[in-house]
Amino acid sequence: MEFFWIILSAVVVVLLVAAGAIIFGKQKALPSGDEPAELAPTPTDVVAEPAPSAPAAEPVPSDEVPEPVASRLVRLRRKLSASANPFARGLLSLLSADRLDAEAWDDLEATLITADLGVGPTDELVSALRRELSIDPVSDPSAAKKVLRAELLKLVDPTLDRTLRTTGADGLPGVVLVVGVNGTGKTTTVGKLARILVADGATVILAAADTFRAAAADQLQTWGSRVGVEVVRGPEGGDPAAVAFDAVTQGIAAGASVVVVDTAGRLHTKAGLMDELGKIKRVIERKAPVTEVLLLIDATTGQNGLAQARVFAEVVDVTGIVLSKLDGSAKGGIVVPVQRELGVPVKLIGLGEGPDDLAAFDAEAFVDALLEE
Amino acid sequence: MFDTLSDRLSAVFRNLRGKGRLSEADLTETLREIRLALLEADVNLGVVKDFIAAVREKAVGAQIHAALNPAQQIIQIVNAELTEILGGQTRTLRFAKQPPTVIMLAGLQGAGKTTLAGKLGKWLKDQGHSPLLVAADLQRPNAVTQLQVVGERAGVHVFAPEPGNGVGDPVAVARGAIAHATTKLYDVVIVDTAGRLGVDAELMKQAADIRDAVNPTEVLFVVDAMIGQDAVNTANAFAEGVGFDGVVLSKLDGDARGGAALSIAKVTGKPIMFASNGEGLGDFDAFHPDRMAGRILDLGDVLTLIEQAQKTFDAEESARAAEKLLGGKGDFGLDDFLQQMQAVRRMGPLSKILGMMPGMGQMKDQIAGIDEREIDRIEAIIYSMTPAERSDPKLLNGSRRLRIANGSGTKVSDVNALVKRFTEARKMMQMMAGGGMPGMPGMPGMPGAGFAGGGKKRQAKAAKKRKGPAGPPRPAVAPPTATPTAPGGAFGLPAQAPAAPGDFQLPPELAKLFDGQK
Repeated sequence: MEFFWIILSAVVVVLLVAAGAIIFGKQKALPSGDEPAELAPTPTDVVAEPAPSAPAAEPVPSDEVPEPVASRLVRLRRKLSASANPFARGLLSLLSADRLDAEAWDDLEATLITADLGVGPTDELVSALRRELSIDPVSDPSAAKKVLRAELLKLVDPTLDRTLRTTGADGLPGVVLVVGVNGTGKTTTVGKLARILVADGATVILAAADTFRAAAADQLQTWGSRVGVEVVRGPEGGDPAAVAFDAVTQGIAAGASVVVVDTAGRLHTKAGLMDELGKIKRVIERKAPVTEVLLLIDATTGQNGLAQARVFAEVVDVTGIVLSKLDGSAKGGIVVPVQRELGVPVKLIGLGEGPDDLAAFDAEAFVDALLEE
Repeated sequence: MFDTLSDRLSAVFRNLRGKGRLSEADLTETLREIRLALLEADVNLGVVKDFIAAVREKAVGAQIHAALNPAQQIIQIVNAELTEILGGQTRTLRFAKQPPTVIMLAGLQGAGKTTLAGKLGKWLKDQGHSPLLVAADLQRPNAVTQLQVVGERAGVHVFAPEPGNGVGDPVAVARGAIAHATTKLYDVVIVDTAGRLGVDAELMKQAADIRDAVNPTEVLFVVDAMIGQDAVNTANAFAEGVGFDGVVLSKLDGDARGGAALSIAKVTGKPIMFASNGEGLGDFDAFHPDRMAGRILDLGDVLTLIEQAQKTFDAEESARAAEKLLGGKGDFGLDDFLQQMQAVRRMGPLSKILGMMPGMGQMKDQIAGIDEREIDRIEAIIYSMTPAERSDPKLLNGSRRLRIANGSGTKVSDVNALVKRFTEARKMMQMMAGGGMPGMPGMPGMPGAGFAGGGKKRQAKAAKKRKGPAGPPRPAVAPPTATPTAPGGAFGLPAQAPAAPGDFQLPPELAKLFDGQK
């Protein structure tokens, strides 16, 4: 209480003095009356949904057939090997050098850090490698590669359960809540996830609980109509928890097998927005337990990803991570520290904007792809 | 565990402060810490290496004629280097001699281009321009709709001839937009393009085609402040593929330090021109490298704070309130307090404002513990008072207090506490403000000077925290002697800190602002 008052009065004083000192009137407020009046024509092919939580498009049989999940991994490898090669090569050439001096170790450390692996895991990996190589010095790259692969794999931990829990108990639908900071690709991922689930024969309902970002619901609608999935939406700026609730209610009534809830992007530092997220989950759970909470992490994200994961995990108890935008030049190394600290496995990876660019995360394939030459 | 660069560097410097003179070993150790800290803050490795080399060189050279203590010296060197990396001087937007000025936005998916287009549009409009937003992102589902909504919220017109969702040619749209703007007399055209990856040759070609079609005055590269080490690769790919003139940092309101994004400026040599720091359309500002350097070094960001205050505060009201406050003798009533408090709230959550104040990095825990609802309660109590009571809290006798408590749904003890703390706070504010005003620019030793540089003010606060606000208005607790009572506590560092920031933390500008008051 005391501290609070001190802070408050200090702020008030600072601002008072500042504002008092400021001479206004320099801002020129030109009239904008001479602007052209008419808006550009805005054709749009999206069917506007008037009523909240009304079903969106008629669930029609999809004319697009999602790509089988199995063949996606091949594409993942190709993409990863294209993007991650400098990383792998750098490590291997370091390891296969005649002798490893202090500088080489420094470089190795730096290379791992450059992959956004973080200082902690990097230290772990480096010291493990040091130990291995001091016991059994290797000179040829393939042996070094084996050691490196083993150590990397240990960090990524293939033993974690990475299956998506999309089936609910007692005839209730499975509820998947998708969360993350702004611009990580939540809506896109929900769209792609819906395709996978549909391909697996599930009946899916999408909840457009991003009522904040302009046209987010429309974006989800477009994804939904591509695979003939119903989208439940509410008024823009409305209560996202209400939309989620309606979607789950509808899902139960319609006997759907999965309800996927897309939420608005929110920075983990905004306490109010995080509270809102907690509320969404609580409200859903009055109807049906949330079976899976997926946290989206952009592969380009640096060490801040860890802070994000920590806060989201605290608020909504994240059960899986989706690493998006892995098709770029970023290595997505941030998942290693995230997984390590939270014990939450990476379950899916996003590989681009294409409708089928979502694949299951496979630790071995991931590490192999990293090391592929 | 240190979560931000600023915390990390503070810890490094804390170790340095105890020493009289830097040895070679100290320097190496310190630089290693700084290196790790910068890497953890996602600053690019190459930039870190240059940075460390430059700091080392200067630190070694400077040691010979060192009059300052080593900690101050290193801080100064690090600060100068940081400012240089951040792009040196602030650059403003260039406008074409022959309107329309064309601004093209490019960046990765999810960097915040569309949102930024709206913010930029509003910002330009507020400056008296008539901007036109162009929906050239025809790829992401409903990006066009999003831009239209954003444009509507910003009160800016949107040129969107194509529905998007994969339909239409963005190059044609961009070209058409220029013609449209010319005939309709828009003077700024903002082209929002689709997000694309640096490694996607096809889309980079498309971006280059758009650029060639509109011949932009400024190409802005929008980058997420949270981006990691890959920032430099991406920036280089965009610099090669499209070429850009400036960088916009988005999502700076998170807790990411934006280290990597800042290294973009260094690697590509392009200045960071704007910073986008919030969800609202008004949360957008020109980027100030010197301030950012100060922020990274935990010197606070008082100028931004003041600028924001400028926008939200009613200048006359505030001036009157300040006068009352300085006039002493209880003219500053609860109503004035309420008004100012509400103005503070309009600027955003208290924690965000505090984050911009110098040295607050040390008090993160306390700040996080602040309950914003406390303010609601205070408001409720004040609202339950009559105007007369508000302007003169001395009127409040027992029965009035009971009425107020009932009216605001609180207890009499809450009302008592509010009144008591308000009187104390007022006393303290008077002391702080009164002491600070006359002695403003660089008179740190002056009795009662609560204000010489950002740090000093906090010093006063820190000292107050220990003594409790009820203590008699002690004139200026001298910085070095203030520490012993709280060794190693949360305030141990702040008590020492002011010396350093006070030396170089933008005092001239700040002083100018405060001088205007006199």
